[in-house]
Amino acid sequence: MGANTFGDVSLARQRTLGTRLHIWFWRDSTQGYLMVAPGVILLALLVAYPFFLSLWLSMTNKTVGNPGVFVGLSNFTKQWQSQIFTQAFWNTLNYTAVTTVFKLVLGFAIALLLNREFRGRQFVRSSMLLPWIVPTVLSTMAWLWMFDSNLSSINWIARRLGLVQKGYPWLTDPAWAMASVMIVNIWRGIPFFAITILAGLLTIPQELYDAASIDGAGRLRRLVNVTIPLVMPVVTIVLIMSIIGTFSDIQVVYALTGGGPTNSTHVLATLSYRVGLQSGQLGQGAAISLYMFPVLLLMVILEVWHIRRSNR
Amino acid sequence: MTPRKMTTTLARLLSVYLPVAVVLVVMLMPFYWMLVTSFKTYKEMFDLSVSPFFPTMPTFEHYVHLWSKTKFPTWLWNTTYVAVSSTAIAMVISILAGYSLARLRYRGNSFLSLAIFVTYLVPTTLLFIPMAEVVSQLRLLGKTEALIAVYPTFLVPFCTWLMMAYFRTIPVELEECAMVDGATRWQALWKVTLPLAIPGVVTAGIFAFTLSWNEFIYGLVLVTRESARTIPVGVLTRLVQGDLYFWGPLMAAAFLGSVPVAVLYSFFVDQYVAGLTAGAVKG
Repeated sequence: MGANTFGDVSLARQRTLGTRLHIWFWRDSTQGYLMVAPGVILLALLVAYPFFLSLWLSMTNKTVGNPGVFVGLSNFTKQWQSQIFTQAFWNTLNYTAVTTVFKLVLGFAIALLLNREFRGRQFVRSSMLLPWIVPTVLSTMAWLWMFDSNLSSINWIARRLGLVQKGYPWLTDPAWAMASVMIVNIWRGIPFFAITILAGLLTIPQELYDAASIDGAGRLRRLVNVTIPLVMPVVTIVLIMSIIGTFSDIQVVYALTGGGPTNSTHVLATLSYRVGLQSGQLGQGAAISLYMFPVLLLMVILEVWHIRRSNR
Repeated sequence: MTPRKMTTTLARLLSVYLPVAVVLVVMLMPFYWMLVTSFKTYKEMFDLSVSPFFPTMPTFEHYVHLWSKTKFPTWLWNTTYVAVSSTAIAMVISILAGYSLARLRYRGNSFLSLAIFVTYLVPTTLLFIPMAEVVSQLRLLGKTEALIAVYPTFLVPFCTWLMMAYFRTIPVELEECAMVDGATRWQALWKVTLPLAIPGVVTAGIFAFTLSWNEFIYGLVLVTRESARTIPVGVLTRLVQGDLYFWGPLMAAAFLGSVPVAVLYSFFVDQYVAGLTAGAVKG
């Protein structure tokens, strides 16, 4: 009888352990961790780890085929004193600032335009987005063709109109090349601004405009006092996303000028590719790309702060 | 027509239709040149005396060249393979993570949401140099599969965020009913909530596919063999060599490489716009 009791107790204990395990496994928190785990593991392995590896690389003199040793911050100081780097650094700021202003102003204007009623609005709205949808390097190839020194169709039209004799030096002159790169970026980025701001405009209730009209507000007053304040949160997010994308952009510059003529259009991303992978100086390349980090960090903080505030 | 009515029509023409036409022409111009050039003979392309607007003797030679003399068909297959696989992987991961973060309470939930959001804002150009190292540690360097491993890193944060927002719009009560009737968490997700979240899944999926199709820098850095490349990289490295541009096949490739995403987009314009504006516009 004693042995029997013992056996029963042990069975009961096993059952409780099994049940507890069962309950634990099906608890919301356990299930929550299980479901989020693949994503967390992926991002830890292929975003966080490479990021820290980049920090480490930037403080070594590692090259392709040479493991390298710790050199402190010398890659950063060496780059800061290099003329190509400073040019690329200012180009990046310039590229971002100029294109963002144009994208915002033109995108806003187009959003206002598309917010009006007209025939074929749906068609215009969807085909407008094409530059944003298709692979950037491929559409940049079309621009490359349009900017070609001899065969440029833009130059052909300009010559026919009698604007120029020989044509514009789109990609051969440093200042023109920088302008060309900016034009392509603006062209590609406008749809994102226009369509997103338009989506913001569509959420503004008509009653507000009606009320403003009754109070005697003209078109300009309605724009300044109703439209702009209400669409501001959308504009802020679009701006932040666009600045991040443009500041870290490689595709347009790489495909259009490759950083040339004579390194005049390099941005941080193209230069880090050139130095880090084409010349194989991994440490230097990592340092160059990390110079992007402060601006990106600032944008991330702004974005998080903005979302927290608007969620409250 | 009364003079007054004529003035309003004219005003409308000038203030709406004219600017719309200008915008449309500028936005679509490069595609027009791409297409027109791809059908021109070289002789015509280089002849500055004729109008560049239309091909006088349309030819398919560049498409034939692209298809038979370059690895374009292989690149097309690689791009499709990579885009479909990485989208599928990213969607499974994102649906689970999005559901978990939106629905289930546990310690660290809000921290993880924030962390995933922050990785969404990390650009690929910050990571491509160390990524080559990581991928070679995973023994994938040079292979097309490297891209399938890496692309989810920029798809998952966005898709998770989108799915989270979508799951929040679906009433919890439906799941609670199912779970009272004995369904597990996974059954509730799989049979009750996910079917209702299909529009969100479609939006995230289209976005992920388009982003993978268009990706450039990882494709350039992580894959080295010409036959393992994707379209954007293959086109740029093979059809542009130094100062030598193979304009005909280049324009044909640019066109053909854009068609799949453009067609997909044309079927799902509304979902795409919803995804594009999801981050910025609430409600």
